[in-house]
Amino acid sequence: MAMEVTQVLLNAQAVDGTVRKHAEESLKQFQEQNLPSFLLSLSGELANDDKPVDSRKLAGLILKNALDAKEQHRKFELVQRWLSLDSSVKAQIKTCLLQTLSSPVPDARSTASQVIAKIAGIELPHNQWPELIDALLSNNIHQVPDHVKQATLETLGYLCEEVSPDVVDQDKVNKILTAVVQGMNASEGNNDIRLAATRALYNSLGFAHANFTNDMERDYIMKVVCEATLSPELKIRQAAFECLVSISSTYYEKLSPYMQAIFNITAKAVREDEEPVALQAVEFWSSICDEEIDILEEYGGDLSGDSETTCFYFVKQALPALVPLLLETLLKQEEDQDQDEGAWNLAMAGGTCLGLVARTVGDDIVPLVMPFIEENITKPDWRQREAATYAFGSILEGPTPEKLTSIVNVALNFMLSALTNDPNNHVKDTTAWTLGRIFEFLHGSTVETPIITHANCQQIITVLLQSMKDVPNVAEKACGALYFLAQGYEDVGSSSSPITPFFQEIVQALLNVTHREDAGESRLRTAAYETLNEVVRCSTDETAPLVVQLVPLIMMELHQTLEAQKLSSDEKEKQNELQGLLCGCLQVIIQKLGASEPTKSVFMQYADQMMSLFLRVFACRSATVHEEAMLAIGAFAYATGQEFAKYMQEFYKYFEMGLQNFEEYQVCAVTVGVVGDICRALEDKVLPYCDGIMTQLLKDLSSNQLHRTVKPPIFSCFGDIALAIGENFEKYLMYAMPMLQSAAELSAHASGADDEIIEYTNLLRNGILEAYSGIFQGFKNSPKTQLLMPYAPHIIQFLDSLYMEKDMDDTVTKTAIGVLGDLADTLGSNAASLIQQSVSSRDFLNECLSSDDHLIKESADWAKLAISRAMSV
Amino acid sequence: MPPRDLRRPFKRPAISDQQKRRELALLRQAQNRRDSQHQARHLASSVLSLQNQNTEPEAELGPESETVESEQETLSKDLDILQASKLKGSEARKWFARQLMLPEWMIDVPPRLNTDWYVFARPSGKRCFVVSSNGTTVSRLRNGSILHHFPSALPNGARTRDISGPAHSFCILDCIFHEPDQTYYVIDMVCWRGYSLYDCSAEFRFFWLNSKLAETGACDPPSLYHKYRFSLVPIYECNQIGLHTAYTGVVPYVKDGLLFYNKHAHYQTGNTPLALVWKDENCSQYVLDTDSNGQVPTQQQVVLDLQEDGRLTTSDDPPVVFGCLDGDFVQKSGLRPGSFVRFAVSDEGMRFVDGKLEMANIHYIGKANRARAFADSYSKVLFQYAARHSPLRFGDLIESVSSFSDLGNENLDVEMVD
Repeated sequence: MAMEVTQVLLNAQAVDGTVRKHAEESLKQFQEQNLPSFLLSLSGELANDDKPVDSRKLAGLILKNALDAKEQHRKFELVQRWLSLDSSVKAQIKTCLLQTLSSPVPDARSTASQVIAKIAGIELPHNQWPELIDALLSNNIHQVPDHVKQATLETLGYLCEEVSPDVVDQDKVNKILTAVVQGMNASEGNNDIRLAATRALYNSLGFAHANFTNDMERDYIMKVVCEATLSPELKIRQAAFECLVSISSTYYEKLSPYMQAIFNITAKAVREDEEPVALQAVEFWSSICDEEIDILEEYGGDLSGDSETTCFYFVKQALPALVPLLLETLLKQEEDQDQDEGAWNLAMAGGTCLGLVARTVGDDIVPLVMPFIEENITKPDWRQREAATYAFGSILEGPTPEKLTSIVNVALNFMLSALTNDPNNHVKDTTAWTLGRIFEFLHGSTVETPIITHANCQQIITVLLQSMKDVPNVAEKACGALYFLAQGYEDVGSSSSPITPFFQEIVQALLNVTHREDAGESRLRTAAYETLNEVVRCSTDETAPLVVQLVPLIMMELHQTLEAQKLSSDEKEKQNELQGLLCGCLQVIIQKLGASEPTKSVFMQYADQMMSLFLRVFACRSATVHEEAMLAIGAFAYATGQEFAKYMQEFYKYFEMGLQNFEEYQVCAVTVGVVGDICRALEDKVLPYCDGIMTQLLKDLSSNQLHRTVKPPIFSCFGDIALAIGENFEKYLMYAMPMLQSAAELSAHASGADDEIIEYTNLLRNGILEAYSGIFQGFKNSPKTQLLMPYAPHIIQFLDSLYMEKDMDDTVTKTAIGVLGDLADTLGSNAASLIQQSVSSRDFLNECLSSDDHLIKESADWAKLAISRAMSV
Repeated sequence: MPPRDLRRPFKRPAISDQQKRRELALLRQAQNRRDSQHQARHLASSVLSLQNQNTEPEAELGPESETVESEQETLSKDLDILQASKLKGSEARKWFARQLMLPEWMIDVPPRLNTDWYVFARPSGKRCFVVSSNGTTVSRLRNGSILHHFPSALPNGARTRDISGPAHSFCILDCIFHEPDQTYYVIDMVCWRGYSLYDCSAEFRFFWLNSKLAETGACDPPSLYHKYRFSLVPIYECNQIGLHTAYTGVVPYVKDGLLFYNKHAHYQTGNTPLALVWKDENCSQYVLDTDSNGQVPTQQQVVLDLQEDGRLTTSDDPPVVFGCLDGDFVQKSGLRPGSFVRFAVSDEGMRFVDGKLEMANIHYIGKANRARAFADSYSKVLFQYAARHSPLRFGDLIESVSSFSDLGNENLDVEMVD
């Protein structure tokens, strides 16, 4: 048997396809027939130094894949499967794995450490394998060969990556950190050990909270990390800087004493070290900026000191030295970096960091950057002109308009002429991008002194439209600039927008761009359509007739994508993408024209044609549904209202397909949103389709494959359906109500959870409450309201417990108090006594009545009214 | 453990337009959901049942207009307030003519007056419904005709940018327009921001009125987008002090009697004994009814509704019959069923047994003013009769609240009367 496994594992990596396929098949069979024996022989294979390295590696890999998967539900199944294995089998496997750590073969050791970490990830939270960490650490305590030490440290690193800090005792954490820091120490002569230790530290930083509060221990860790940044070995320096980056976000508030030293280290690395290290050094400062931006945003200038995290203004303090350092990096551009999607170099990292610094310190950065810009912007070397422009573009977000406006007014003409005349594409690319930033941050209804006036608007548009004929990467940035130019006028309302006179010209130019031969490069076509969308969104009533004219044009384009036949998979992909852009554009147009009665009626003449195009787009695919087309359908249903009924029969199968799409959960989510649109459009005419829709929604809810973010909106859909079909919802009550009830119980308490879970819990609560709201309102004035009575006590209890938990966000508060009103409104006097008996309804209501939040107050007013009506009957 | 990828977005907007489209779609869906939720909350419970109304007089007009009228009738019967708030022309007149709560006249003192009732001084002026919706405000008189069409600070009462909110966020107030200071005195709140208060107790309606009206700025002095001022009237518990304050207290308006509202009563369209009006010479210029020339006639006059079978009835539900006209007389006088007919009541012209009308001696005068929407109510006829003979005096009211409060217990009082 053992012999056989080796051969099969080798065959599974054979060049010959049939041999490989056959081997894979036998492995699969083996696994299905006898899992314990399969796993045992794999671990035996991995542990056996007499076996070829390739079979050992694959054995380890299959073992690892038998323990973990990317998809949540699959992962859960695998964990359960491992836990239920016979414990003697598991013990044997673990012994083999630990034994492999001493193997002279590096690949076998490395594979074994990953498998050990996976098992630890499963078992430690269940208090199993408690001896693991001690077993690993005994390797270090006793003198062991270097390769074993290296494997042990690597295992500890992986282990810390897999396991959550709260399942490891502080005592063991201390031991791990001691071993790791010891391995990182400059006195460690073996680079492999030092690298493994440094990488292990990176993963174990999350475990070190207690150690970082202890000055001595922290000092020691920081010293070792800083020393490691000076190692002669590049990989160690890089890994050490990675540790610093991680520390900067995890232990920001502990960094004060080390900042001077770290500045020196990072400055030296940025100036002198090789790029992978220099990039990490820049990243350290970007990460510090992220931290300070978060702190300053969250506490919005409230420096009273009661906030949890204080801002230490590291960036501000380092500013005079940091800015010149970053400006130097800007001159290290690579040729053609703008054409390379995957490019990431020191100049890009430095410019990005400069932008973050500007957001962190605001006005202070301007005088530090201006001299660099002035000195370089007219230099003959393109690098200098580009660096100066990039520096300018980078600091446009952060400083106040007061500080920037006068500078921008001067710069604007320069930029416009550079975009037309500069001989270098790179400079033009950055110039167009900078113009876009100017429009994004310094133009719009909130800016007091407008940068763009009737006087210069025409020139700006002329230059941008001209630039849209330039090479793809420049044209793409010009589209982007136009996007923000249009966006700045989104609030002009019915008054005239300065771009109105150019509307037709702009639209024509954008459509021309989409037809360019090279529009596939630098995402130019996408940018052109996105800009067209924004121009339409921000258009005024005056140009509505021109938007109407766009409808047949875009429909024609969409029609053409459907004519192509026998496409290669590459062409198919392109067709799919183009259909997405066109459906997206139609969606925007539908929403725009549907918003006012006169334009809606004009648009309606295209409804039949448009719907048949959407249906054909759906039909292009066999198993999945086009997300953009689905989004467009939602807008379309909203605009057409009851008229949509006539399309329903044909559309329904795609609708169902969208609701079944677990894998692409975005598609499922979008389709769930469309359920609501269709309910509101069709009202009771949706009834014939409700059995199918409800079945699908209930399946979605019970699936553990479906991404959890889709579930709250599904609950809201119950409400939409009930509101649309009223008492006909009766037949779904027996399915929907228990589901809502158990979800409500789960979501009532989120205490102690982290922010992300609380946020999700609140989304879930809101969905559940919207469902209740819709159901109550749907049944109102029907003779069947009594059917809801049995559920009322639980719902009131749910509201009570939400009120007690005190962790509702404003949206949930608003919905919750509304549900109390809906319940009283529909159940009348029957509900009155329940509400009177409830623990906290009165307090909850009073709190909401005096809320500052307009929407909460409005809902509370409603509830008060409904309750008082219920009580006075 | 390979090095981490630390690439950050470079020269790209942070959010893709596709994501933006998704988010805008979600935003629109949330907004639409909120709107339909809103609408559901407003509408369903506020459908007014008009089926119980008296037969509509106009419905029995000549045969040529019959079909049209009855269509309108079914139409307006099925309306809820939101739809009604959009009605125009004669339909609106007909609908609104039936929506006011009309107090009965106080012929005797109701039990538990001091505990279950409010009292306030009624402003003298034109009783009307004020409806704000779709950026405008309309006031309609008792007969449904429009008094004013104007911008106001009521929710959705003027086309200004700052008064936002959905189109169905309308209001209906029960008011008296007081000419001298050009002010609408709000005596009741029927709908507020689209929420119906019909089914709420007077206690709650007054609470809501007091807490909500001022919030809108409707009580501010007139301005460009607010043509008439609205004002609250001071409402008192109907105890000795309250009654006294309402009767003698200084108010910025001319008084026309006292209104009494039962705290537990819902807003009920048409005549109701749960709201009462009382007046004497001290608190009203118009204790005795005037005739069509504005003079107090020597004999009391009543306006009655001529039924198909010739009976003459009051506007009450069920109607009280005062007499009968024979068919010949009806034809000769050019009257039609549904006409309002004016009669004189001779002194000693009514006889009562156990407080109930037993006999009325009335004389035909002629057709009543066409603008009228209703015949007189039974309680009005009796109050007018009593006012000419043995009026209920303020002292009687004071005595009733003090005797109640002295005894403190209604049961005891009942025993004593027995």
